[in-house]
Amino acid sequence: MRKEIKITIFAVVSLIIVAVLLHLCSLVLRPKYMSQPLEGALIAEYYGEVDKGRQHQVLFVGDCEVYESFVPPLLWEEYGITSYIRGSAQQLIWQSYYLLEETFRYESPKVVVFNVLSMKYGEPQKEEYNRMTLDGMRNSPVKHQAILASMTKEENIASYYFPILRYHSRWKDLTAEDFKFMFKRDTVSHNGYLMQTGIRPMEKSFAEQEAEAINKIYDPDLPATAFEYLDKMKELCKQNGAELILIKTPTNSSTYWWYDEWDAQIAGYAEQNGLDYYNFIENEAIGIDWQTDTYDRGLHLNVYGAEKLTKHFGELLVSEYGLESQQSDVGVSSVWKTKTEQYYKQKEEMERGQ
Amino acid sequence: MSFTSIGFICFLAATVVLYYVFPKKHQWKLLLAASLAFYFIAGEWYLPYILFTIISSYIVARLMRKNSEREKLYIEQNRDSLDKDARKAYKAAEKKKRFRILILGLVLNFGILAVLKYTGFTVNNINSIIGIFSDNVSLPLPKLLLPMGISFYTFQTMGYLIDVYRERTQAETNPFRLALFVSFFPQLVQGPISRHGDLSEQLFCGHSAKWENIAPGMIRVAWGFFKKLVIADTVMIAIKSIMSSPERYSGAYVVFLILAYSAQIYADFTGGIDITIGIGEMLGIRIKENFDHPFASTSTKEYWRRWHITMGTWFQDYIFYPLSICKPMQKLSKWSRAKMGPALGKRIPVYLATIVTWFVTGLWHGASWNFIVWGLLNCLVILVSQELQPLYTKFHNRFPKLNDSYAYTLFCRTRTFLLMGLIRVLDCYRDVPLTFKSVGTVFYDFSSWREFFAGGVFDLGVGPREYIVVALAIVTVCIVSKFQRAEGISLRHKIAERPSLAFLCLSVLVVVIIIFGSYGIGFDASGFIYNQF
Repeated sequence: MRKEIKITIFAVVSLIIVAVLLHLCSLVLRPKYMSQPLEGALIAEYYGEVDKGRQHQVLFVGDCEVYESFVPPLLWEEYGITSYIRGSAQQLIWQSYYLLEETFRYESPKVVVFNVLSMKYGEPQKEEYNRMTLDGMRNSPVKHQAILASMTKEENIASYYFPILRYHSRWKDLTAEDFKFMFKRDTVSHNGYLMQTGIRPMEKSFAEQEAEAINKIYDPDLPATAFEYLDKMKELCKQNGAELILIKTPTNSSTYWWYDEWDAQIAGYAEQNGLDYYNFIENEAIGIDWQTDTYDRGLHLNVYGAEKLTKHFGELLVSEYGLESQQSDVGVSSVWKTKTEQYYKQKEEMERGQ
Repeated sequence: MSFTSIGFICFLAATVVLYYVFPKKHQWKLLLAASLAFYFIAGEWYLPYILFTIISSYIVARLMRKNSEREKLYIEQNRDSLDKDARKAYKAAEKKKRFRILILGLVLNFGILAVLKYTGFTVNNINSIIGIFSDNVSLPLPKLLLPMGISFYTFQTMGYLIDVYRERTQAETNPFRLALFVSFFPQLVQGPISRHGDLSEQLFCGHSAKWENIAPGMIRVAWGFFKKLVIADTVMIAIKSIMSSPERYSGAYVVFLILAYSAQIYADFTGGIDITIGIGEMLGIRIKENFDHPFASTSTKEYWRRWHITMGTWFQDYIFYPLSICKPMQKLSKWSRAKMGPALGKRIPVYLATIVTWFVTGLWHGASWNFIVWGLLNCLVILVSQELQPLYTKFHNRFPKLNDSYAYTLFCRTRTFLLMGLIRVLDCYRDVPLTFKSVGTVFYDFSSWREFFAGGVFDLGVGPREYIVVALAIVTVCIVSKFQRAEGISLRHKIAERPSLAFLCLSVLVVVIIIFGSYGIGFDASGFIYNQF
């Protein structure tokens, strides 16, 4: 009997030591996303915000087009609207849906803005992008559902709960950054907005891009799975008393073209379900100049384009959705004052660095 | 389900826990259910094949047993009426019947193996011959399923049938017990090829959970994972790079391939066997060792006594010996002695049996000319060294102290290691001419050495840090092996005597495997090499 007790004690102690050791190794080995690609750090940053009890009137969800197109500090500065972007690279619609579900557990935004580009995907795409979205989420039943919906064939669910199983091979590529940000990481975004100050003009005209895009093979029908999740998103917003707005941010590249057939399907869906849909692609009122407002030849907006779109959209939020300025709230104002200062500080630094 | 998957680890943990929770007399039933589940998960269409082997072998063995019992009963009942000759004649007639039943079992099961494994190879060869005469005609290549480990379980089961025929083991009366013997899951992936007499009793007698079994078993399983994931699968990345571009990688790279592939196949195969034997040990079941420090062999013959032991003894017991003493061979022996003299004449049938055995051994390893040539080259080396034996004896008589010298032993070991490595390269390249061509570059492409040492070795998908880890892992394996050989003890049993040390050892292995193992996305982690045989 004494031997059994001894063995049990050793077994438990060993298990604890191994678990602690592996956890520490996992903290070192996980990618930190503190240098490129910064996108991987976006999803996790949200918890730093809500853990401080901060609430937002507007929540943006979607892929790279949202975190490159809307500037929450500017929305605050111009209209006193508090907002957050829960977007990451190639964030698929089901990931947006589950992030939204998770967000409603922390706060109650009045307006949810969903960028529809990811509607073109009906199946899991790339493991790297899944990781950038899902690794950042806190463990919860919602995350579990998101993982199950997102996994590609080669992925294993265990590696999401024990990331060391995925990142163990990084031991040979470790840098000082991995140790520096082992326990705490810097904030890389401005409430989910990832700043880009570079300018890389679009070289071809809109018509040329369109001609190129149309010649590519594409499915004119958006996948049914995407609409299923859009339905779920609509229901979720309804249950939580939030207004769902569908948007398509301005882009101008044949690489990720938003086809007319897709647009018609989204417009039809919005009409059928009493939702608002704004396609900003050819909206001249925003004033996007594709020679100065994009950092990657029309694929995404840079900060100058994002500021223009944010101002335009802020007006809509106030006039059409009745969002009121929160600037009279001293507590909220002091927080956002800091955020706005940080935003302009980084903008200046990045402009100077170019 | 791969041994190195998370699914398998969970499956194994659940099986071991349930095994000891089950009442002893029902434990084997749980093992049978687990084994069939394991095989079903590995491939849902695999099951019918193994079930056919189980059912057909059960019937054949039962028929032979019934015949044998009938024979004994008849002789018993007619003890007084039958004279010696009549008894002998009756026995011979009955044995012939049993032999026919055995042949039926062998043909059915080896037939399935032959069709599934060798049809493609045969069709390809026929097409090559047809291609000489016509460009437009060729036979279609059938797409046949090759169930995992079919060669292993077929050989093990056919060994059982032959043993039943030879009355060396009892025929199973319960088909489910035979089913467990055939499908025992740790052995299904890559053997060893167990004998019914060695394994069956242990499978069916109950076992209690004992630290003395579980701890060494766990250490051996972890050691197997270490060899497979840290050494074999990392080295495999470099090997695959060389194999996939033979035109690009010649000379120095081929030498590297010979050495690296030796390390890989050793770590892969012995690692898999460590996992198998370790699982058996955790369940209280002793599975036969399949390796005995093969790289310490001083001759090819010795090497084959130490490498894949159960396969070697299978071919020896069921092919070589029966072939050596069969009637046509005896006639040949008589003829060759008369024509060539007693010295050479008596060797001819032995050599012929050796050639046939090695041909079949090669064919067993794979349906390609590479494996056939590999088998025959092994045979050639063995026969040549046998022929040169008088010369060696003379040499050793001239230098009697040489055999005691460590330097000479080391020379013999290195020679055997390199020779085996050279022949083993036939596993790597897609065909025999390419293998010879690539190996040939070692002797004239000297410029490749400069490129190799100028960083070429790091362009094979394995970086300098990984090579260091692999080198350290190989050194660890060598030290453990050396220690076990020198002390003649089982290190893991020694470690298990102290639970604290056992857990420390397991903890270190687990952490090292998780961090330095080659698995998961980004690695094209291979199945076990012998899995395909």
